[in-house]
Amino acid sequence: MLSTHISLEDTPTLYSAPSSSTKRSYIWRLKVEQVKLLDRFSTSNKSLTGTLYLTATHLLFIDSLQKETWILHHHIAAVEKLALTTAGCPLVIQCKNFRIVHFIVPRERDCHDIYNSLLQLSRQAKYEDLYAFSYNPKQNESEQIQGWQLIDLAEEYRRMDVPNLNWKLSDANRDYKICETYPRDLYVPRAANKPTIVGSSKFRSKGRFPVLSYYHQDKQAAICRCSQPLSGFSARCLEDEHMLQAINKANPSNRYMYVMDTRPKHRMQSWWASKKDIGRIVVRISSKIWRDEKIRESDEKARLNAMANRAAGKGYENEDNYSNIRFQFVGIENIHVMRTSLQKLLEVNGTKGLSVSDFFSGLESSGWLRHIKAVLDAAIFLAKVLIEKDWISFGHKFSDRCGHLDGDPKEVSPVFTQFLECVWHLTEQFPQAFEYNEAFLLQIHEHVHSCQFGNFLGNCQKEREDLKLREKTYSLWPFLLDDQEKYLNPFYTPSSQKFTVLEPNTVPFNFKFWRNMYHQFDRTLHPRQSVFKLIMNKNDQNKQLEKEIKELESKIKQQKTRHTDTVLTKESLHCIHADSPALKPSLCFKKEQTLLPVNDAIRTIEGSNTADNRYSEYAEEFSKTEPAVVSLEYGVARMTC
Amino acid sequence: MEFAELIKTPRVDNVVLHRPFYPAVEGTLCLTGHHLILSSRQDNTEELWLLHSNIDSIEKRFVGSLGTIIIKCKDLRIIQLDIPGMEECLNIASSIEALSTLDSITLMYPFFYRPMFEVVEDGWHTFLPEREFKLLSSVTKEWRLSYINKDFSVCPSYPPIVTVPSCIDDEALRKVATFRHGGRFPVLSYYHEKNGMVMIRSSQPLTSTNGRRCKEDEQLINATLGPGKRGYIIDTRSLNVAQQARAKGGGFEQEAHYPQWRRIHKSIERYHILQESLIKLVEACNDQSHNMDRWLSKLEASNWLTHIKEILTTACLAVQCIDREGASVLIHGTEGTDSTLQVTSLAQIILEPRCRTIRGFEALIEREWLQAGHPFQQRCAQSAYSNSKQKWEAPVFFLFLDCVWQILRQFPCSFEFNEHFLIMLFEHSYASQFGTFLGNNESERCKLKLQQKTMSLWSWVNRPSELNKFINPLFEANSLVIWPSVAPQSLQLWEGVFLRWNRSSKYLDEAYDEMINIIEYNKELQAKDNCF
Repeated sequence: MLSTHISLEDTPTLYSAPSSSTKRSYIWRLKVEQVKLLDRFSTSNKSLTGTLYLTATHLLFIDSLQKETWILHHHIAAVEKLALTTAGCPLVIQCKNFRIVHFIVPRERDCHDIYNSLLQLSRQAKYEDLYAFSYNPKQNESEQIQGWQLIDLAEEYRRMDVPNLNWKLSDANRDYKICETYPRDLYVPRAANKPTIVGSSKFRSKGRFPVLSYYHQDKQAAICRCSQPLSGFSARCLEDEHMLQAINKANPSNRYMYVMDTRPKHRMQSWWASKKDIGRIVVRISSKIWRDEKIRESDEKARLNAMANRAAGKGYENEDNYSNIRFQFVGIENIHVMRTSLQKLLEVNGTKGLSVSDFFSGLESSGWLRHIKAVLDAAIFLAKVLIEKDWISFGHKFSDRCGHLDGDPKEVSPVFTQFLECVWHLTEQFPQAFEYNEAFLLQIHEHVHSCQFGNFLGNCQKEREDLKLREKTYSLWPFLLDDQEKYLNPFYTPSSQKFTVLEPNTVPFNFKFWRNMYHQFDRTLHPRQSVFKLIMNKNDQNKQLEKEIKELESKIKQQKTRHTDTVLTKESLHCIHADSPALKPSLCFKKEQTLLPVNDAIRTIEGSNTADNRYSEYAEEFSKTEPAVVSLEYGVARMTC
Repeated sequence: MEFAELIKTPRVDNVVLHRPFYPAVEGTLCLTGHHLILSSRQDNTEELWLLHSNIDSIEKRFVGSLGTIIIKCKDLRIIQLDIPGMEECLNIASSIEALSTLDSITLMYPFFYRPMFEVVEDGWHTFLPEREFKLLSSVTKEWRLSYINKDFSVCPSYPPIVTVPSCIDDEALRKVATFRHGGRFPVLSYYHEKNGMVMIRSSQPLTSTNGRRCKEDEQLINATLGPGKRGYIIDTRSLNVAQQARAKGGGFEQEAHYPQWRRIHKSIERYHILQESLIKLVEACNDQSHNMDRWLSKLEASNWLTHIKEILTTACLAVQCIDREGASVLIHGTEGTDSTLQVTSLAQIILEPRCRTIRGFEALIEREWLQAGHPFQQRCAQSAYSNSKQKWEAPVFFLFLDCVWQILRQFPCSFEFNEHFLIMLFEHSYASQFGTFLGNNESERCKLKLQQKTMSLWSWVNRPSELNKFINPLFEANSLVIWPSVAPQSLQLWEGVFLRWNRSSKYLDEAYDEMINIIEYNKELQAKDNCF
């Protein structure tokens, strides 16, 4: 295959936003000309013709208007070659960030080449082949190290006032001997000794014994998480029971502990039915869904109590084995149901000429919003504190999350997307409670899949250490922080006490389709003017103006004092004020610089052109579906509108 | 008739009021000729002051001697009154029922309302057709005002003054009127200054099954086109419905007789179908016990957003013909008083920046809805809770406002008014102290002497103190054509109306206030900066 260079003015801003925009060369492995890019929603097969390049990391399409479309190979979820048409060979690429592009390649052989190359490039067998290991943002070593140190879990726990009287740091997992998928540093009840921990971990799937996930200082209540118990035939495990009792004791202000099972009851029941013969046993379930954040409970009075797992069962109620423990089921489906659900949703939304009722029945039958609601409901029951203000301020929020994130994109993606969507719903209901904005959520989603940064690689801390991510790759957070202006919510009010605990409303009508996520690349479906952007601009402008005014005021003050020293008349002060040569020119200059671009940005309106819209096609549809009228009364269907 | 006869019990003590977002409050209930008033005795302030005409339906229930009246309002609010004593409760209920369904328009509140504010500008004279025409006559001489309908004899639903092609005389107009349903001959709705294309509207032609023709009608319609130009006729009915209309004497323009015109059929629903949509949608919004699937399927089954999409699509199509194809457009359905007006008014909002200002929007409503003869009295007699199911009740204007809201959402900086302005118009079109939306057309309004006997809504709204609430802080005049997206993913439920009483908007309102603060602060800083 030939290798040549493409010279570009801009780097692909959408994907590798953090890199500098210097002129750069890309080496391409494959170049195909006269490729058509179809408009996904167009019923008239509207298209743009251009050239398609494959580089080591990206697919690039430059259309005749010189507009560039960049697709990172890691973002590609599926490539499909459709049946040959007269125009050429159609190639459909679906991305994990919900972009769908439809190319038509004139020659089948080229199409085949692209197809094979993409398959190869988008599926890396080894971690070392991932973009993150070759990505170089021109940071020096200390910056790289700092980047990784931005988020420190121990510090996070210290902010929750842990360790304390009831909770301690355990070194049991120092060598990942007890649980491979847990981090080194774990927080457990003071009363839990090593044998208890070891025993409990043997009873739990993958050794994920109950550990502290979140501690609520004011209420002295905790959220713990663990995996399902391996009940099997020996249904009891004394150490595990001790463990739960220890957790209960570590929450002295609460009488009950709640165990929350995040699976729907019917699953639990069918499981129960199949295992009935096992006997009297405690049926405890679990699911792998929230591997990172499983268990949590709270007590009835919303006093957040501690601990648990999403396991539950008949035996528990009699409190024989586990006293003072209550069970709660929340119907969160497993990962596979979630994935199918999202696929269904996206399929429906990709339909050309979609009708309103198809849209809603698609939304309904996909069940996606139902799952979102279930997750949010669970979060609320559990811990009204879960979404505590502090927790969600910059970086903190995701540290925990991302620190534990399962890196296998197939397993995780819908779950993490769902988590982001839940957060988005909260930002919609509480526009002032979050420091970051929607763009932040979208950017994180983007990079979970981009494999450009090390944060989301690997399945657990151990694996990440083995991969030497900290030395070999870069952390995403410093890049987000560098750009934090872009991700700040202009409405955020940090001082207000009212947002310490959010109480979201989960009546179904509060849940909306997240267009900006699932159609983020379909610009024609978006509002044409953004209030958010405008307010962010105003905010920036305000800051600049404040600064400017302050400077001017201090200058005047200086002038004043200087003049009162010399001439002590009011008139002279006036003169200075009116035409002081030092002030005026600099002011004018500054103003032009700062204000004009801002206003320009506000005035641009996207999509102010019919070509971007759908109705043109409805007219065409009309002429197609009712040809009788056209031919009967007007001759040829000449109409273009 | 005296109101006193209808009020069996004017006053009851110890009534408990339950309403959205407030704790229950006990007080004295009073009925007057036009209002239901509840006053809590503690501080002598009124807790509730409800216009009888705002009441859509009432239900009563009894538990022992404690009666409960549930009042469902046309603005979609639901309140509950607990009234001790069965007799009092029954009396109150039957009084409310009688007072909220008065037959005679002249007994309605606008005829009794005495404004407490000073009228700066009389809204009845703010939007005169002559003044509107002055703008037009400065750019083209091809149109004239005709006073042919000054006594409402040619077309009862048209205003006395209409704009028609200069080359067509009144005699021809009279003949055309006999060929169009309800006498609604084609008149000018909008003149696109950019390219001289026009939008005209009418009712259906009365071709009937034998293919009747009218030379003058053909002349009139062709006169609106330049030489060699083509135009589009947008029929707001499907071809099927239009064909069926021939059996009842109606029909559509045969292209053989109108060779310069190309006809397009779009299907916009009418009457009870719309009303049922509204009823279903409101029912779905009010039931908070639904699970997610049920909510989505009810939202879908209501078809409300489908109607929105159809109306917007048709309006955009008209805009596309005018602005992109450079062709004139004739729009009509059957009567030309409902879907026709939705399309012509929305097309103007998309095309014409002036219609996106407060004054311009008021003028648009005056011109395209009130003067154009949309039968407000019939359409807005009842809202989502009524059981009456009269054929002529339909949320046509409500749908129009929802469509405007959808465009406003997509272009939040292009409108001088905000969502509250649209909600206010929705409320006043169903129940109001002002006379603006009374009557079905100008002829009826004339007979009712509304101008002399009632106050215009615009007199109140256009006072600076009121207007303030309706101004969009984000507004920056934008002279472009604003093309909205009509994809289902881009359309949304109008929460400000449909969920208004079902969930608190506290946090959203606070964020809105914060937005205003940021903008105000920006203005302040700029002013200060300019002072230096």
